[in-house]
Amino acid sequence: MTVKSLAEKIGLKPLLLPDGDREVNGVYCGDLLSWVMGRAQCDNAWITIMSNVNVVAVASLSDVSCVILAEGVSLDADAEKAAADKQINVLVSDKSTYEIAVDLGKVL
Amino acid sequence: MAESITFKFDVDGSDFTSAGQASADVKKNLRQLGLSPEIIRRVSIAMYEGEINMVIHAGGGQAFVTVSENDITILLSDKGPGIKDIDKAMQEGYSTATDNVRSLGFGAGMGLPNMKRYTDFMEIKSVVGEGTDITMRVDIK
Repeated sequence: MTVKSLAEKIGLKPLLLPDGDREVNGVYCGDLLSWVMGRAQCDNAWITIMSNVNVVAVASLSDVSCVILAEGVSLDADAEKAAADKQINVLVSDKSTYEIAVDLGKVL
Repeated sequence: MAESITFKFDVDGSDFTSAGQASADVKKNLRQLGLSPEIIRRVSIAMYEGEINMVIHAGGGQAFVTVSENDITILLSDKGPGIKDIDKAMQEGYSTATDNVRSLGFGAGMGLPNMKRYTDFMEIKSVVGEGTDITMRVDIK
């Protein structure tokens, strides 16, 4: 399923969607960035509550298909600019990491 | 590719949030050379972890990335405090990072283990009070 249709299906709000046709092949949840880099797979959707600029670097280097910010978190200005520059898909939701993961589990 | 190419980067130790610039540049360069996405992913994650370590612990340093026909070699060199106990530093979860670093999402004690995980060879040479040199190699299959 693509990032765009996944966002529509479970009601995630696109903050940045430069590459909405990218496929999502699974999900990784985590806030410790090195842990994410060690475990997240290429093309995973990554759910996190971290919102600083390092999140953008980790998303780019790990090659995840999108970052989903949980709990109503949004990117700070530096991070949003970096994400736009690096063409990272960023979706936001007021739901918790668990609730988003459950929703994703039903549609993926 | 008959000859090897080396890229050199200065890692700025003063700004934690700009860490990742060298790895992003490496990623771009490797992509231009036509390497596979998985090789690029492994090299750039290993490089980023090294870069973060140099910023957190060593006040910056230098990185050299050499691309040759069969492999990519990354040399990270710093004049930081050195690593007292390399075996301990290699354990997942062991970290000497500060709370400030942890609040940014790092300091989980996964940096060096990730560097080893994503490379085919890794060697750490460290002298306390003098600095650390880390060599990593990723084979191009």
